[in-house]
Amino acid sequence: MANLETTFAGITSPNPFWLASAPPTDKEYNVRRAFEAGWGGVVWKTLGAEGPPVVNVNGPRYGAIWGADRRLLGLNNIELITDRPLETNLEEMARVKADYPDRALIASIMVPCEEEAWKAILPRVAETNADGIELNFGCPHGMSERGMGSAVGQVPEYIEMVTRWCKKYYDRPVIVKLTPNITDIRKPATAARNGGADAVSLINTINSITSVNLDTMAPEPTIDGKGSHGGYCGPAVKPIALSMVSEIARDPETRGMPISGIGGVTTWRDAAEFLVLGAGNVQVCTAAMTYGFRIVEEMARGLSAWMDDKGHASVADVVGRAVPNVTDWKHLNLNYVTKARIDQEACIQCGRCYAACEDTSHQAIAMKPGRVFEVIDAECVACNLCVNVCPVENCISMVEMEAGSVDPRTGRTVEPAHADWTTHPNNPGALRAAE
Amino acid sequence: MTDPLTPGIAAGRLSAREIAANFVDLHAPLDAHEAQVAADRCYFCYDAPCVTACPTGIDIPLFIRQIATGQPEAAGRTIFDSNILGGMCARVCPTEDLCEGACVREAAEGKPVEIGLLQRHATDALMARQGHPYLRAAATGRRVAVVGAGPAGLACAHRLAMHGHDVTVYEARPKAGGLNEFGIAAYKSVDGFAAREVEWLCGIGGITIETGRALGRDLDLGTLAAEFDAVFLGVGLGGTNPLDVDGAEREGVADAVSFIAELRQAEDLTTLPVGRDVVVIGGGMTAIDAAVQARLLGAETVTIAYRRGRDRMGASRYEQDLAATKGVRILCNVMPVAVHGNGAATEIELEYTEEGEAGLVGTGRTLRLRADQVFRAIGQAIVAPDGLEMDGRKVRVTGAGRTSMAKVWAGGDCTAGQDLTVVAVAEGRDAAEDIHAALTGAAG
Repeated sequence: MANLETTFAGITSPNPFWLASAPPTDKEYNVRRAFEAGWGGVVWKTLGAEGPPVVNVNGPRYGAIWGADRRLLGLNNIELITDRPLETNLEEMARVKADYPDRALIASIMVPCEEEAWKAILPRVAETNADGIELNFGCPHGMSERGMGSAVGQVPEYIEMVTRWCKKYYDRPVIVKLTPNITDIRKPATAARNGGADAVSLINTINSITSVNLDTMAPEPTIDGKGSHGGYCGPAVKPIALSMVSEIARDPETRGMPISGIGGVTTWRDAAEFLVLGAGNVQVCTAAMTYGFRIVEEMARGLSAWMDDKGHASVADVVGRAVPNVTDWKHLNLNYVTKARIDQEACIQCGRCYAACEDTSHQAIAMKPGRVFEVIDAECVACNLCVNVCPVENCISMVEMEAGSVDPRTGRTVEPAHADWTTHPNNPGALRAAE
Repeated sequence: MTDPLTPGIAAGRLSAREIAANFVDLHAPLDAHEAQVAADRCYFCYDAPCVTACPTGIDIPLFIRQIATGQPEAAGRTIFDSNILGGMCARVCPTEDLCEGACVREAAEGKPVEIGLLQRHATDALMARQGHPYLRAAATGRRVAVVGAGPAGLACAHRLAMHGHDVTVYEARPKAGGLNEFGIAAYKSVDGFAAREVEWLCGIGGITIETGRALGRDLDLGTLAAEFDAVFLGVGLGGTNPLDVDGAEREGVADAVSFIAELRQAEDLTTLPVGRDVVVIGGGMTAIDAAVQARLLGAETVTIAYRRGRDRMGASRYEQDLAATKGVRILCNVMPVAVHGNGAATEIELEYTEEGEAGLVGTGRTLRLRADQVFRAIGQAIVAPDGLEMDGRKVRVTGAGRTSMAKVWAGGDCTAGQDLTVVAVAEGRDAAEDIHAALTGAAG
């Protein structure tokens, strides 16, 4: 059985599955349950500065979108950071860490963007013996209106400045949690690295309105007839998170910096995908909130079984394996030619491929008598839409044309060598380079 | 309560509670969430096979998508646009042979989208709303007579009324609805649905129903054609084929259709008599409906005796299986040769058959079954209206139900085509459009 023990930014945990800083990690009771269930680590619900704690709304704080049969696909929340006294949280953290020394316990912190505020809280966090801290520069609702959370995460200079303070007043690993509500995730990641961060974690939640009540004309979740954008998370955000993680993993400025992958991790496979795209571990929230803590059993067993199957001995062996295959569009091989192929045995004749291609793509599927659907190679640009809309797995596939054969669409012979946009005659840049 | 093992024909073989439980809705309606889940399984096929398979051509993918997007009433409207008796069809259509049989998910996984149940969900939703959903066009001053208040006649009447014509429907029985009211199993149309549907349909206005008026007895086709601007015949198959064997006249031998009609109209099913040992002759839907209901009333043994192989039965495989789960035995390749008894029937003698080059023949080998009640379900026959050319046993029609007589159209079971409610609705509707075109001079 593959060893799931993970060392992330110098912090060890028995597996790479951490609970993200969020409602499930707000207090001792929940965190003990999580550790008993088998979670490798916990990022405690974000702590605020000493003094009267924040308050939360007293109406609904979550909204959701669902698939068929009410499967939860996306969740949003307008909950703020912990609304319990700082001292209470610190005492509980110390007790839990003492009882679970093998698990990772991270303190998430959000205090005003003033050096004194960080200087005041960091020694107190250190006393809990937490394994590290995570700087919450991500929450997009409520706290951002007060100049914290994503308001900091959207200004790289602030990220660098605060990270520096933390490295100055705290001697354990500092993880910077990034907001996706920006245009280029590499900029805040670079700022974190420049500030001395040991790692980044991403993504925090995305600005969102889950739905609008058409009777009351109010966004959901609705508080006394009004709504405010919340932070979106859950399975629906995973593709966005994967892309952002991969950008940081492959950017020369940030390459090699540990990344804690967050965003819609629901199964072992989701976790594996984050790991191979460069995440050193993953953080989970929505899946636990949907199904409870026990899902970690499936995640750990599934990841381990997959690693055994592929011959990966440790999590470290897996991390970043797919990163070399993430590239810019301009480097994609234009001599790679495929055509859609419909397996007539598997086809159930629904005609969705035909409707999709005929109405919205390239008119490359013929509907023949008896509801037989066939690809017209001379029209097929291999867009993959038919594969995506086909309800039968593996019924339509993209088959590569052999080098030397002629693409009936272009009339050109398929060349064996790689050729991409950088050398393409239609590329003005390429032409200039050739001159 | 009668002892269930009482020989002969007797009422009250089961308690009122057992009877009530036996005759509940065959398929419980879907609730809103179940409907959403069922609707989500629809692939929204291109040129969908289910639509092609529906005799009334309901836009099934569209109405299912409307359910999926939270608008069951709009879905109901989509259904009624094509089939004003969509509520009954949702309950009685042999969907396994029609829309659901054609569903690509039937081909893919043997589990079609539950189109029938979804259709019921949508039609129930719209019918539960106050008022009738369609408006009449301005009155045309034209008058049309519809003979027969069954599915064909009602569909025709509704479409004509919608176009602004005044319709008088003549019905031989004391109640409208035709086979929906008198001819299908009770567990397919519970809570008086057939009668409610007629009332709802007539909510469009412009339709007058006169019951107790039979063609040939109280009405003359020539007179109707002279008095009205057009006539539609939806008279169904009024007669039944006789059982031509020794002892067919014995007490206890009866028509399955009469048994079903009696059952449907009974106020209290515990008062309805049924045999201890029942044999139903035939292989169609009527045979199944009679046999299953005899069992549900408390008959100890019920056997369907069909002269050909099982694959030739008119009843769908689904209906055959339903009968089997209710404890009905289906005996194939046997034909009746005699009903024995001393006055009343006590036994039926059957002869095994085989299909040879000369057709179906008896093999000379026989068996006897205890039978104190024998139901004939060997097909119904038309009582041919005077003056109409026939095609064999059906009224000859061309185009959208035009008969050999000027101003007279026909549709439903009295004309060629499958004897199904949904086919009757399509024929009634299409004839109405043709009548409308003829009366208003529109192309057609």
